[in-house]
Amino acid sequence: MHDTSNPVRLLRAHEDPPWVRRAFILGAVGVMVALVGVPLVNVFIEAFADGPRVYWENLFHDPDTFHSILLTLMVAPAAVFLNLVFGLAAAWAIARFRFPGRTFLTALIDLPFTVSPVVVGLFLLLLFGRQGFFGEWLQAHDIKIVFAFPGLVIATAFVTFPVVARELIPVMEALGAEEEIAAVSLGARGWQLLRRITLPNIKWALLYGIILSNARAMGEFGAVFVVSGHIAGKTDTMPLRIEKLFQEYNLPGSFAVASVLAMLALVTLGVKTALEWKTRRELAEGKKLRAVAVGGE
Amino acid sequence: MAAIDVNRRVLPGFGLSLGYTLFYMGLVVMVPMVAGFLKAADLSLGEFWDAVSSERAVAAYTLTVGASLVSALVNVVLGSLVAWVLVRYEFPLKGLLDSLVDFPFALPTAVAGLVFSALFVENGWYGRFLVPLGIEGAYSRLGIVLVLVFIGFPFVVRTLQPVIEGLQRDVEEAAACLGASRLQTVVRVTLPAVLPAIVTGFALAFARSLGEYGSVVFISGNMPFRTEIAPVLIVARLEEFAYAEAAAIAVVLLAISFTTLFAINLLERWMARHHA
Repeated sequence: MHDTSNPVRLLRAHEDPPWVRRAFILGAVGVMVALVGVPLVNVFIEAFADGPRVYWENLFHDPDTFHSILLTLMVAPAAVFLNLVFGLAAAWAIARFRFPGRTFLTALIDLPFTVSPVVVGLFLLLLFGRQGFFGEWLQAHDIKIVFAFPGLVIATAFVTFPVVARELIPVMEALGAEEEIAAVSLGARGWQLLRRITLPNIKWALLYGIILSNARAMGEFGAVFVVSGHIAGKTDTMPLRIEKLFQEYNLPGSFAVASVLAMLALVTLGVKTALEWKTRRELAEGKKLRAVAVGGE
Repeated sequence: MAAIDVNRRVLPGFGLSLGYTLFYMGLVVMVPMVAGFLKAADLSLGEFWDAVSSERAVAAYTLTVGASLVSALVNVVLGSLVAWVLVRYEFPLKGLLDSLVDFPFALPTAVAGLVFSALFVENGWYGRFLVPLGIEGAYSRLGIVLVLVFIGFPFVVRTLQPVIEGLQRDVEEAAACLGASRLQTVVRVTLPAVLPAIVTGFALAFARSLGEYGSVVFISGNMPFRTEIAPVLIVARLEEFAYAEAAAIAVVLLAISFTTLFAINLLERWMARHHA
């Protein structure tokens, strides 16, 4: 039946036929345009629907919106900092040492990804809210966590806390501990080791972890929605402000805030692509160097 | 054991880093989780059952699970297509397309919800064509599925891509040499090899959709019994100050998520064994 001696036939049998190729490419591009491209363009068109001046006023002359921008610029870095310290500690413990329960701990780090953000907010409310476990004590000492800045930071930190650790652990495992062991044997101590060897080695993964966790932190909605109490001009972050303006039928205002967050997402993607490109090039260069070294022997 | 302990003897900071990891996770994650479960336990068994089995709650779980299932299935089809095209074919602007796959990960969910609801209302870019045809994308169950497709889209593509890249082309060539048609090769040779990745991607998209709140709240209209998902019901109960009932529903939602993840793990292990 099949003439396997004919190379053209054979090629046809293990490559997709040209019409399939064209249809698939068209289909994939169509899916991406409809699902990602059009919404992305739509954000900016809606935001600038009444011209750049109105856009500017929507962002900076509405005091509640302006406050939400400032608040997000404070909450996100605080949460990112907490996750950064945690991520470094967790990656060092998990990628450099073997201990009982290590696999379980690694799985546990992913836990926040599987918990609905609303549930996270609810649990924090049950802990720190007026009727919560620490509610009375907190009230007696006049400490506000829920419906205030600390609550926003804790909720954001919970939801985004695996991000940095997850970027670092595979990179540190792939790097191995040889350089660090060598440094220790040459007399490097704790902070020196971290600053001179480990951090330079993982800097790109660390940078991407920070940027990704910042993007997630600035965009966090569900958990923050529950613990913020929606006090306009006080505890509304940018995503919450989007929702409130949407409820008030102020679509241009809502889209103006959304466009800022969409730009943040684009920058995050840009950095990710650039870093991937850089690592791939470094990897290729490393291979070339190794080939030269092997050839020289 | 000796080799295992080498690092611990040489490298500093084992106690400090592990200790801090456990401390921080305990403080930020474990304590709130325990508090949630204890609050749910405030209710007697009968009250708990009433809270989680009310008609409204059951409608909410059903919708949450159903919409997540449908959207994950849609993502299997769309994601497989995009992953295949990105790995196997060359065409202009492929790199840009590849980067944009991650856009739903990077975009805040509130923005996604806002845009999708604006696109599908009557005078929106999609709605002006779809609404006259009777397809209501905004404030409907369809809207929930649509926005969940967006949210879960990267999972199938990104789990499938490396697996397709790792496929050995000579196996397909061998099948062709042995007289298989292209369709037979794809169905009999390629599909079994990528099936575990498809299932994993499906399950990840499904698990992500179960807890989604930010985007759905904009597009669903949040009508009890019709377009109210479980996280929205939790917020509604909170606004009535019914904390224990909210916690009870949260526990059920968590149980569904954890069961899903457990099932993924079992499935992956089973598949790994059958492929070995």
